[in-house]
Amino acid sequence: MKRLVIVGAGTGGLMVANFVARDLSREIAHGEISVTLLGDKDEYIYQPGFLYVAFDLMRPAQLIRPIRELLAPGIEFVHDRAVRIDPEGKVVERAGGEALRYDYLVLATGSGLNLQEVPGLSEGAHWFYTLEGALQLRDELRRFAGGRVVLTVGVPHKCPVAPLEFTMMFDEWARVRGIREQTELVYTYPLGRAHSIPSVAEWAQPELEHRGVRVETFFNMESVEPDQKVVHSLEGTDIAYDLLVAIPPHRGDELGALSGLAEAGNWYPTDRNRLNLNGRDDVFVLGDATNLPISKAGSVAHFEAEVLADNLVGLLAEGSPPAYLYSGRAFCFIETGLERATFISFDYLNPPKVPQPTNAVHWFKQTYNRIHWANLKAVM
Amino acid sequence: MADNIMVIDARGSFCPGPLMELIRAIKSAEIGQVIAVLSNDSGSKKDIPLWAGKAGQEFIGVEAHGEYDEITVRKVR
Ligand SMILES: Cc1cc2nc3c(=O)[nH]c(=O)nc-3n(C[C@H](O)[C@H](O)[C@H](O)COP(=O)(O)OP(=O)(O)OC[C@H]3O[C@@H](n4cnc5c(N)ncnc54)[C@H](O)[C@@H]3O)c2cc1C
Repeated sequence: MKRLVIVGAGTGGLMVANFVARDLSREIAHGEISVTLLGDKDEYIYQPGFLYVAFDLMRPAQLIRPIRELLAPGIEFVHDRAVRIDPEGKVVERAGGEALRYDYLVLATGSGLNLQEVPGLSEGAHWFYTLEGALQLRDELRRFAGGRVVLTVGVPHKCPVAPLEFTMMFDEWARVRGIREQTELVYTYPLGRAHSIPSVAEWAQPELEHRGVRVETFFNMESVEPDQKVVHSLEGTDIAYDLLVAIPPHRGDELGALSGLAEAGNWYPTDRNRLNLNGRDDVFVLGDATNLPISKAGSVAHFEAEVLADNLVGLLAEGSPPAYLYSGRAFCFIETGLERATFISFDYLNPPKVPQPTNAVHWFKQTYNRIHWANLKAVM
Repeated sequence: MADNIMVIDARGSFCPGPLMELIRAIKSAEIGQVIAVLSNDSGSKKDIPLWAGKAGQEFIGVEAHGEYDEITVRKVR
């Protein structure tokens, strides 16, 4: 029997497991192939929803589903943490049970916040990058009556358009509540422009200006003084705030470092087209966990999952070498307020263009927020 | 010396982009580390020295390799 083990039951891990299990349902039923998904949580949380939770536009219950409801038939789900990978012995050791043997391994362990990297951040800032954080920010916003709101951006971070979305949504949210005049909005960015993608930066700069947002570039958060309510940058700029909303810097799960397989920041060195862990042809990586110079986004995990699943089906069913290549494809919606949105689509070779925001795209995103589950189950 | 250089292949990176990749690498590198960024974004050879200057890092130089540039920076703080 050929064994596929997938570590991490988030966006990428669930999609790979479901694609492979649907394609190989007969082989799984006949006991020729097994698909095991190992995840440290037994619930899936739809992270893009956090942005809406902060503004009281979605409820937490709309974002959460038990993993078991999201699995195609034939997948064995193991609710446990992977603590070490032995690539020579081809086993994944776990915290609470017997190690799992594999023929092929997929790492989809995502990324998490690295709050310690910026002294004072966890005491001084709010964020919407975890459910708890989004709920605390929501409570803060319910009380908010005006003042200076500063948005800061750590590196690296997932969902690279979220800083713009939060700022544009906040602007309209404050107008609707009648407190925009009492509110100064400051958008900071680590680079010398308003976004890392030149065409997005070019589009965003006037959009922000026309909303009365102050843009402060070359601002890499170095430390926060919660008592003084000041945030300092690596480049030597200090900004006082009443409300600090930070996109904290991210890092990968410690599993990679504990196994000696990851580089600084716990990112797995990954082939940009084949998605194998560099130097291994039986270990693959997708989603936020890679070191690839692409957006850490659910859409990227999705497009990678399609490529990886096709290659795994070939490997598992026929032993045929991987033939499908990932092109660097990414797609991101950008909310430009509470009623309109746009989107960008790009890959390694083609930079994005930003279409005019419309109400239709906003509603498309709203719909996607509610049907994401079908995408996870690989039925869409 | 040559094998002490950390190479970041940011070719084809529109988002987060070469400079963001450099900032990520610099933050976790040791002081003294030399980092070479490979970029096919023509803006990088302006952006990277500009940021290095602002952030107090040492810009070493740019080498053109036809399709892409190799931009080198040393972490000094
Ligand atoms: C506020 C916010 C807004 C976003 N908006 C968008 C958006 O609009 N569009 C978009 O495309 N993306 C968006 N994203 C990003 C998107 O959610 C992630 O990029 C995506 O979930 C990455 O998928 P993944 O499978 O790599 O990781 P995840 O979905 O995070 O899953 C990783 C899983 O692995 C588990 N795990 C980790 N280590 C271990 C271990 N050692 N053992 C067992 N299990 C482990 C984790 O618990 C987790 O369940 C947003 C994210 C946030 C926070």
